[in-house]
Amino acid sequence: MFTYTEILGILLMFFGTVALAIPLGKYIAKVYGGEKTLLDAVFNPLEKLFFKLSGIDASKEMNWKQSMVALLVINAVWFIYAFVILIYQGSLPLNPDHNPSMTADLAFNTAISFVVNCNLQDYSGETGASYFTQIFVFTFLQFVSAATGMAALAVLFNALKERTTDKLGNFYNYFMKSLTRVLLPLSIVVAVIFLFNGMPMTFKAKDTVVAMQGDTSQVSRGPVAAMIPIKHLGTNGGGFFGANSAHPFENPNYLTNVVEMIAQLLISMAMIFALGYYLKRKKLAWVIFGVMTVGFLMLAIPNIMMEVKGNPAIAKMGINMSAGATEGKEIRFGAAASGYWSILTTVISTGSVNAMHDSTMPLSGMNEMLAMMVNAFYGGVGAGMLNFFIFIIIAVFISGLMVGRTPEFLGKKIEAREMKIAVLVSLLSPLLILGFTALASYFAAHDTNMGWWFGGKASTWLNNPGYHGFSEMLYQFTSSNANNGSGFEGLNDNNPFWNITAGVVMILGRFIPIIGPVAIAGLLAGKKYIPESAGTLKTDTLTFGLMTLAVILIITALLYFPALALGPLAEYFSM
Amino acid sequence: MKTHILPAIKLTIICILFFSGIYTLAVWGIAYIVAPNHGDGQTVRVNGKVVGYELIGQKFNQDKYFWSRPSSVDYNAAGSGGSNKGPSNPDYLKQVQLAIDTFLLRNPSVKKEDVPVEMVTASGSGLDPDISPEAAAVQIPRIAKATGLREDNLRKLVALHTEKALLGLFGPSKVNVLKLNISLNNLK
Repeated sequence: MFTYTEILGILLMFFGTVALAIPLGKYIAKVYGGEKTLLDAVFNPLEKLFFKLSGIDASKEMNWKQSMVALLVINAVWFIYAFVILIYQGSLPLNPDHNPSMTADLAFNTAISFVVNCNLQDYSGETGASYFTQIFVFTFLQFVSAATGMAALAVLFNALKERTTDKLGNFYNYFMKSLTRVLLPLSIVVAVIFLFNGMPMTFKAKDTVVAMQGDTSQVSRGPVAAMIPIKHLGTNGGGFFGANSAHPFENPNYLTNVVEMIAQLLISMAMIFALGYYLKRKKLAWVIFGVMTVGFLMLAIPNIMMEVKGNPAIAKMGINMSAGATEGKEIRFGAAASGYWSILTTVISTGSVNAMHDSTMPLSGMNEMLAMMVNAFYGGVGAGMLNFFIFIIIAVFISGLMVGRTPEFLGKKIEAREMKIAVLVSLLSPLLILGFTALASYFAAHDTNMGWWFGGKASTWLNNPGYHGFSEMLYQFTSSNANNGSGFEGLNDNNPFWNITAGVVMILGRFIPIIGPVAIAGLLAGKKYIPESAGTLKTDTLTFGLMTLAVILIITALLYFPALALGPLAEYFSM
Repeated sequence: MKTHILPAIKLTIICILFFSGIYTLAVWGIAYIVAPNHGDGQTVRVNGKVVGYELIGQKFNQDKYFWSRPSSVDYNAAGSGGSNKGPSNPDYLKQVQLAIDTFLLRNPSVKKEDVPVEMVTASGSGLDPDISPEAAAVQIPRIAKATGLREDNLRKLVALHTEKALLGLFGPSKVNVLKLNISLNNLK
């Protein structure tokens, strides 16, 4: 039965995150600014050793291009490493359940998915991944892919300082600092909380249990409590088990649910405040925070209400609906916390779930997709602020034109070259999402025989008929492009068609939205600094905040409305 | 670009050893000290025999027990997952109607408007260990009839096993079905 305690729980999760994000942001600004911090004594010598062994001079300043090359090269190394382990995992150690090696197309999809911080999973952890893979591929990539996004954002922070330069810090230094000063210590704290609450951390195989009614069943377990903290702190979202954070071993109770909720938003939100402290522009940080929060609440509040109310088609059957939309949900969290989670995990790029999104209400599903289409209300660690930066540039340009001033951001002129990059980045998402959804829909609508290799008849891809089936395909590409990784999991996606197309979308959806904003910032850093005057368009005001929000809403609404009308909106009106 | 390849490979190896190797071992070590059952998962025993895991739901569909929720994986925790049925799927809605009819047939004293929606819809993991206190209460007449126990004793049992919201403030209240049924067996 729904009670006010479920609402209090949501308030705790949201305000708890804000309360922790502000001091964490201040700390992150110090870390990237090279100031002394608490953990230097432990990690400074260790970092020196790591860099010495790798032959890296982490004090050498790089320009934006060098940073991006370093980023791309090391990401390519991770992809090759992950791919090789995945196709041989069956013969590697730490595989007590004897799970098989992945097929090449599944390994391609999975390796990309974890490298790009997406964590789309076309396999199920219980049967599809060995403990070796879970630890040495997935947990590893969850750390380093999060640090990659954070390091790219640190380069952008550096570029926005009030000076003219092309020297923007050292990528490896930012990368290592993100790992040792932020991700690792927080992961250990969160892991300890999980362990106290009964999350398993074992290398033993599946257990066989004879249950009370005499049925024999197996119980999967594994080194779960090491992976789940970084899964959330790094906005990765890839679950240890198939059911992700709906699984009782991956999210044992309401307290762990609160911790997982706070953990996944914490660093993304802290990055906003870090920007404010780093550039000494706290007001700008609050304006950005305000815009993101308004956008987030506009999506989250309706979802909470719709999930608490429940499925109208079941309500017509005349039963007791007080528990809400319980299909695909768990009693220990309740419908309200699951509705909140469904948006939080999609605005940021986590994509972990504590309830099955395929079974949420039609308009809840629409909001989940909208959250990923915008992908900048908080957004993934690092990546979210980078995406938001693109919207700021567009908003600066449009407002500049409207009031007849030269578009400037933080004392640097925005010119044709920067605008071209911003527009190209913002047009890439709809091209990938809508283009590939159109392709898949064509096959599904014509029930094209794709051959056994491509999953047989295209109609067998879908778990639900009609408009909802279309939503399943739209959701998959939206999630891939946003590097989110959640899914309408009814989609039968473990076949070469989906593994390969989604893989391609994930790569492009990751690296172009990283390189674009860093390139713009790099170009801006090289320009002459113009001190603020009466003629400057102020970007840390309420008006400019509203302008940015309007730009975001217009871009996403115009681009995606037709597709959403065919899927979730049509389903809603047909019910 | 070439200048980055070798350092990238070396740094990768170091990061694998440190951030997944040493980190995982550290968490495992902590688990051995602080986690229930040394991190192997908390089991529940009856007369010394393991009958299940506290957190993992199991199938209860006999009249003499409190039932668990419907499961898409039939409570076999070798896997996990929900039905992933969309809210407007006609076949799915037929299944829900069928589940309601079955629930009413086996709980003849329950009125249709009192059938809890959670008892006719599948959970997200397929392993939900809990039901709400209301969903337990509605099953009491059936269990009383099947076991011969008094209804007010069963009500007390449900109240005893109801876990309130976190700190009394946050989240829903719930009942762990496995622990409830073990106590039920002890009453007999």
